[in-house]
Amino acid sequence: MTGPRSKLILLSSLLAVLVVVPLLFPSAFHLRVAALVWINAIAALGLALVMGLAGQVSLGHAGFMGIGAYATALGPRHFGLDPLLSMALGVIGAAVLALLVGRPILRLKGHYLAVATLGLGILVHLVLVSEVAITGGPDGIQVPRLVVAGWRVVGPEVWYWITGVCLILATWIALNLEDSSTGRALRALHDSEIAASVVGVDVARHKLLVFVLAAVYAAIAGGLLALLNRFVTPDVASFLRSIELVTMVVIGGMGSMMGAIVGAALLTVLPQALTFFHEYEHAVLGLLIILFMVFLRQGIVPGLLSLFARWRSA
Amino acid sequence: MSLLSAHGISIAFGGLRALEDVSFSVDAGEVLAIIGPNGAGKTTLFNIVSGLYRAQSGRVMLAGRDVTGLPPHRLAALGLARTFQNLQIFFRMSVLENVMVGRHLKERRQLVAELLGLPSVLRENSATREAARDLLAFVGLAERAHEPAQSLPYGALKRLEIARALACEPKVLMLDEPAAGCNPVETEEIDRLIVAIARKGVAVVLVEHDMKLVMRISDRVLVLDQGRVLAQGRPQEVRADPRVIAAYLGRHGLASAHAA
Repeated sequence: MTGPRSKLILLSSLLAVLVVVPLLFPSAFHLRVAALVWINAIAALGLALVMGLAGQVSLGHAGFMGIGAYATALGPRHFGLDPLLSMALGVIGAAVLALLVGRPILRLKGHYLAVATLGLGILVHLVLVSEVAITGGPDGIQVPRLVVAGWRVVGPEVWYWITGVCLILATWIALNLEDSSTGRALRALHDSEIAASVVGVDVARHKLLVFVLAAVYAAIAGGLLALLNRFVTPDVASFLRSIELVTMVVIGGMGSMMGAIVGAALLTVLPQALTFFHEYEHAVLGLLIILFMVFLRQGIVPGLLSLFARWRSA
Repeated sequence: MSLLSAHGISIAFGGLRALEDVSFSVDAGEVLAIIGPNGAGKTTLFNIVSGLYRAQSGRVMLAGRDVTGLPPHRLAALGLARTFQNLQIFFRMSVLENVMVGRHLKERRQLVAELLGLPSVLRENSATREAARDLLAFVGLAERAHEPAQSLPYGALKRLEIARALACEPKVLMLDEPAAGCNPVETEEIDRLIVAIARKGVAVVLVEHDMKLVMRISDRVLVLDQGRVLAQGRPQEVRADPRVIAAYLGRHGLASAHAA
């Protein structure tokens, strides 16, 4: 699928975008939106591994994002921990939770994972909203400023680069996985679990592995979001956010890592760009999503690639 | 001692006895054909032996080990591979990648190394690719390695499944109707392949409806009828067995066979 060469092309074009964006849009507002794009793209990439590669559906992915975000906020507040250490603990916590939830569920075939993760996401959101004494409730909670070795990490430009580099690393890892024995096993079980198992693939174990990995991606994205905004609300873990992540993956093109990034960019930037439609903003956004799905059914990236191939051969 | 053997396999679906007290065995390098009318229980027997279904009674032995009830991926690790009557191809992958997945158990996997794309992973990938290429050449699909699997015609997909199963380096290969839906030329290719595989010392068990193919290549034939073993033996013996003729042609057919 992705050989070493196409991997290099993808990563260098991503790096090129990363370098060009600040030259074209140097304002603090634009850089902040771009940082949000990179963060959402990290979460969407994880989900793309679960959905596009392995063909499983997670409807509670924002729950893991919430865990990463709130760990980063609550560690310093309640235990006086360093925000980065708290974030790392949150990532581990999300991975353990994914392991505990995924283990019994992923032995079953069918849509059990979708239903179970739906419940999990709602549960996380509920806890964040109602445990006011710990989480600050619906009003949210402040996140302390990140200080690394005496350096106060502030400013949209700094965060633009931090999140951008994280996205490049996340993409690189996802592409590596895709082009490995484990990645092949995941793609195989997507097409036929039976055929994958008779050639020796432990289907349940592989599904669990990719689900945990996706939770790690989401928790990292959540932690970065908390550090960037210096404030978190339960919205980060809401059901709507989970659906948004699924939409990013589907609209960008399932099974394409670049698609997840493009989908994340679209769904993050469009609402900002559509604000001049005022109250019709959501209607226009919905219409655009429908149009994309009608005309580029495989998703934006695979759809455009096949259009391009047809144009070249014509 | 035989490489693969089943002893007293029985299973019922609801009230229907699909298999009753079925036993067979196969040795290394031997081709055993399982035949019988539709609904005789051939594919059910395959699914039990390869771990997809669990028998209500009976045992399966593989290379001297009791493997009854083991899941398919464990059986694969112990040397059992199979193909499917209704193709189970990884359609989103290329022809080559389909066979590469078959190398799963022969690959060393270390997750962290895979995530970081370390040189060891790249070496492993190219070793897998080489092995898969050799197998595609063996089944005559080398030129189509980089095409998407879904672009192959039916007969070629049958051979692709065989290549993928062989990628596991199995001791026992189970082929569920390898020639079904193939034209005479394709059938002949599959015929040639099966003989070549058995010659390498692999025990081959196949379900097949094409009687000419069965008679040509099998060393022994097991005839199932309504879930029971009707006859067992060399192809010529089985073909001459009046019970087998009756099962295939009905009583009327038996009468005309006697008359002839």
